Amino acid sequence: MSSLSPGFHGRGRPASLSERLPPGQYPTESFPVLSAGPTPRVPTETWTFTVTTEAGEEHSWTWDEMTALPQEESVHDIHCVTRWSKFDTRWRGVSLDTLLADVDTAAEYAVAHSYGGYTTNLPLEDLLDGKAWLVHTYDDYPLSPEHGGPARLLVPHLYFWKSAKWVRGLRLTQDDEPGFWETAGYHNYGDPWREQRHWGD
Amino acid sequence: MPIPWRSARLVKREDQTASARTLVLEAPGWPGHLAGQHVDVRLTADDGYQAARSYSLAAPADGDRLELGVQSTAGGEVSPYLVHDLPIGAEVEVRGPLGNWFVWRAGQSEPVLLVAGGSGVVPLMAMIRARRQTATGGPFQLVYSVRGEPDLWYHDELRADGPDLDVRVLYTRQAPPGSTRAAGRLTAADLEPVVSRLTPAGTVYVCGPTAFVETAAELLTSSGQNPARIRTERFG
Amino acid sequence: MAQVSPHHDSPHLDGNSLAGPLSDLFSVDVTRAWWRCPGCGSTGPLAELHVYGPEPGLTARCAHCSQVALRLVRHEEHTWLTLGGAEGAFRFRTAR
Repeated sequence: MSSLSPGFHGRGRPASLSERLPPGQYPTESFPVLSAGPTPRVPTETWTFTVTTEAGEEHSWTWDEMTALPQEESVHDIHCVTRWSKFDTRWRGVSLDTLLADVDTAAEYAVAHSYGGYTTNLPLEDLLDGKAWLVHTYDDYPLSPEHGGPARLLVPHLYFWKSAKWVRGLRLTQDDEPGFWETAGYHNYGDPWREQRHWGD
Repeated sequence: MPIPWRSARLVKREDQTASARTLVLEAPGWPGHLAGQHVDVRLTADDGYQAARSYSLAAPADGDRLELGVQSTAGGEVSPYLVHDLPIGAEVEVRGPLGNWFVWRAGQSEPVLLVAGGSGVVPLMAMIRARRQTATGGPFQLVYSVRGEPDLWYHDELRADGPDLDVRVLYTRQAPPGSTRAAGRLTAADLEPVVSRLTPAGTVYVCGPTAFVETAAELLTSSGQNPARIRTERFG
Repeated sequence: MAQVSPHHDSPHLDGNSLAGPLSDLFSVDVTRAWWRCPGCGSTGPLAELHVYGPEPGLTARCAHCSQVALRLVRHEEHTWLTLGGAEGAFRFRTAR
């Protein structure tokens, strides 16, 4: 049983909805920061991004190598499982198609892992065909550490916890290996349009 | 058995600073609490959305009455509502009392050092009041760091410190006229005289924003205080 | 592996704040529970862990080396508790 708190609406939950808003979400102008740990400070001088295949083969990029790859700018709506959505966010970075182009793999899944220890799992196909990026610039500015800088994953068609902050690599796997939040009650796939928030949704 | 959520009605709201209030709630069936404990307060919006946050109890148990200290945080979801909007007579839910570690118990007789940063003074005030009420316990010292005089909680009550309560207020941004200490953050020199008056068995309670607690705990340990005698509580 | 500085500026609370959320699962007060960090070997009460959250869940970490001590996720139907940094979680029916 719970008593109502007169006049309490939570943080910004306006009534107007839009077709761009997945079920159960509300739009926000701000860019909330959710943290599951201390913010890692990763200098670009020592930053690397490594893709490790199921055979143990490694493909690594330094910061300079990564920024020398073809860059893409794209605009997306992003949806956080804590119910905020943010429209028209503008990012710059490298398509995962570019990073995975020369990687020889038959893996079906990927685990993104981050500086600081965070992990999240995705089907490999959700990272391909123009659906995912390794981004380092937000709104024309270098991505701040709070938002995952120097570089984070951007997978806008899934809930935003899949867009791992401070990402340092991908491990390609034959079997699906649930990550940090997926092992603790969150949905394994996380499609905002099917409202796959929690385990069993 | 889980600790139940119970209804609590707001009966009084008192200004502490421009952005901080004392809230007095009436929670029928309240089981009582220890100085230093906190409660979780839960709000429910009309669409069923709920948000819960922890708030320290500012005074010893008084029947069904609870006194909470709430600092409104910019952009906060719960505290601005509690500080400015919750109508007198309206109900929230509370769960508690919570936490048996950051507490002072009436049987404790060792000297106590309280170190407060901003609204971190709230649970420490409960300890000061509990000690006064029970008229037991060793000498208390309070080192209280605030930005300036307008940020001081419990202004009159702390000014009336007795022989067993030594209060030192440190101003970090602006010291009032006539202050002997220049405005500035807590330093080892501020803690040296108070730490030297603690016996080895003395207990230190530190409460405040995370950065303040970490600085204070580090200064205390490097000034020779046994880390096992330091208890901390952070409020983010 | 980039080092995570022990003195960090990210907002966090401490284990004192876990007393309420964990009271749904435990009948004793958890804040006094003794804990040993498997990462750096430091010991202390649960009250001294650093706690991040509350959304999307509570993550308690060693105050010294940031090793994950526990995670608590509360949903409508279920409450999930993961002990330590490894995988594998306990799922409880959420207390009402």
